[in-house]
Amino acid sequence: MKRYDVQSCRIAAKREIAPGIFDVWVEAPEFAAAAQPGQFAQILVPGKTLRRPISICDAADGMLRFVFQVRGGGTARLAKDSAGDAWDILAPLGHGFSLPARGGRALFVGGGIGVPPLLFAARQLGAGARAVLGFRSRDGVILEEDFARAGCEVAVATEDGSAGYHGLVTGCLDGPDPDAVFACGPTPMLRAVAAWAEEKGVPCQLSLEERMACGLGACLGCACKLRRDGREEYGHVCKDGPVFDAREIVWEVE
Amino acid sequence: MAELRVQIAGVTLENPLIAASGAFGFGREYSEFYPLSTLGGISCKGITLKERSGNPPPRIAETPSGMLNSVGLQNPGVERFIREDLPWLREQGTRILANIAGNTPEEYCEMAEILSGTDVDLIELNISCPNVKQGGVQFGTSCAGVEGIVSQVRRFCKKPLVVKLSPNVADIGEIAAAAEAAGADALSMINTLTGMRIDIRTRRPILHNNTGGLSGPAVFPVAVRMVWQARQRVKIPIIGMGGVSCWQDAVEMLLAGASALQIGTVLFTDPYAPVKILDGLRRYLDENGIAAVPDLTGQVRPYGKEG
Ligand SMILES: Cc1cc2nc3c(=O)[nH]c(=O)nc-3n(C[C@H](O)[C@H](O)[C@H](O)COP(=O)(O)OP(=O)(O)OC[C@H]3O[C@@H](n4cnc5c(N)ncnc54)[C@H](O)[C@@H]3O)c2cc1C
Ligand SMILES: Cc1cc2nc3c(=O)[nH]c(=O)nc-3n(C[C@H](O)[C@H](O)[C@H](O)COP(=O)(O)O)c2cc1C
Ligand code: FES
Repeated sequence: MKRYDVQSCRIAAKREIAPGIFDVWVEAPEFAAAAQPGQFAQILVPGKTLRRPISICDAADGMLRFVFQVRGGGTARLAKDSAGDAWDILAPLGHGFSLPARGGRALFVGGGIGVPPLLFAARQLGAGARAVLGFRSRDGVILEEDFARAGCEVAVATEDGSAGYHGLVTGCLDGPDPDAVFACGPTPMLRAVAAWAEEKGVPCQLSLEERMACGLGACLGCACKLRRDGREEYGHVCKDGPVFDAREIVWEVE
Repeated sequence: MAELRVQIAGVTLENPLIAASGAFGFGREYSEFYPLSTLGGISCKGITLKERSGNPPPRIAETPSGMLNSVGLQNPGVERFIREDLPWLREQGTRILANIAGNTPEEYCEMAEILSGTDVDLIELNISCPNVKQGGVQFGTSCAGVEGIVSQVRRFCKKPLVVKLSPNVADIGEIAAAAEAAGADALSMINTLTGMRIDIRTRRPILHNNTGGLSGPAVFPVAVRMVWQARQRVKIPIIGMGGVSCWQDAVEMLLAGASALQIGTVLFTDPYAPVKILDGLRRYLDENGIAAVPDLTGQVRPYGKEG
């Protein structure tokens, strides 16, 4: 197969796993064989000019799994499709997580819809890993069992205390020191996790989001500021990322 | 089989479809889908004399049937383009348009001179970038400005000179005529229309640059109108673009007066669009017994003033 390509993929199964959050498996043998943890796909929405970037949540049995939340018109349209319908998918895209060869203790930190992009990596590093998953409330908790099945010790945090730890995920990071941290979620969470990892001296990889057009690195639309070789420049989330070493990222003051 | 080959300012293109500047980078990413020789040409990402880092994100906003961008000419600078991208591009079997932008007339002239010493096929003078304070659009929106910059660059440019026009003007015909009079060998149009989107929740513009350039199907009728108006004022060929998304749009743009076409935004919706547009165009020509693409150029039959 090409490094990435466009294919029409039939939806094999679809389920609403939390209010407004959908879990979709599509048949895509070549994509499933090529996909790496942390990569993403650009899914065509009929009638829309721009494809929607959605992380590859998992790949198995010749299928790709996407877990996405309805945020606006595009994701609402995708949520209307069901088993038997086909999605036009451009994948696999981007630079995913760099997973240590083996062993070591990984810590996965996910916030809300930032949880799904971590599952594929967790399934490869599961045993001995810890997953700290944060949500607004009990209703929104997703993929807890999937991380457990991957062999992770799972801690759930909710902002309203309706399930698990009462507070933000950053309140339950402390435990046995990990060898590597992998995180995806809202920017304030990522910054806090990066700062925590820095203090502990643990390598940390973050998955970022930015508005995209091509998804390939051609249009230079999805800029994020990076520090590379001692100088600051705009890299691109779709090609250099979406996963970055936390120390490379230059956080914007806003 | 109909002839797809076209000539622009003495340069033969294998077919009339060119990837638009800024949508296609320097071609590497799209070469994964098909050989770049599928295309008649590639207009490279806009280059400047010195490297530019571009605008802060967000740089992209979707719009009804289109998008805004405010990339702001992020590029490695002309020297690195020549060293790192041009040799590879040259091997791809397609025509190369070097799209250039400058802060001053001197910068445009210097770049035209440098690129005249390379094996790019055409130079596309971008005097229409709406996303940088000094990206040429200050030269591109008045007849005097256009005439000034084109005649100066003309003296240093040894390659066929394509002048890319801004749609953000009152009378495109006047601007087109000014570019021709000053020595342009061809025109390309349209660049993006300045636009804006606001997030009603945060009351902030979606683009960090506040405004950006509108492209995609939304601008197509505007582009057709402008190509048609310019066609009536100039003799030099026009490369038509702005929202071309399917073979029917391609035919329409040719009828309006274009001799070749560029496509940008549609590549984001469908990276395989060039292949599909060319197939459709070829079939249309064959089915209608049209021998060659130039037989379509400018063949719209407009209504007369009396109706
Ligand atoms: C690399 C990457 C991976 C992602 N993975 C997932 C995932 O696994 N699950 C999930 O639910 N969401 C994910 N997202 C976010 C998802 O892309 C947006 O929620 C979605 O594009 C919103 O589209 P919309 O039409 O519903 O919303 P609208 O707000 O109507 O979209 C308007 C435009 O803005 C863009 N946009 C809006 N929000 C975002 C955003 N947060 N990030 C990027 N573009 C945005 C849209 O793509 C579209 O072009 C990911 C984003 C990126 C960049
Ligand atoms: C992301 C993006 C970047 C662009 N960058 C440039 C550029 O560097 N130089 C230029 O002359 N035009 C640039 N353009 C304008 C396009 O070349 C073209 O004129 C415009 O997008 C209209 O065509 P389309 O509707 O097919 O995209 C850019 C357009 C887009 C969408
Ligand atoms: S979306 Fe085009 S470069 Fe990233």
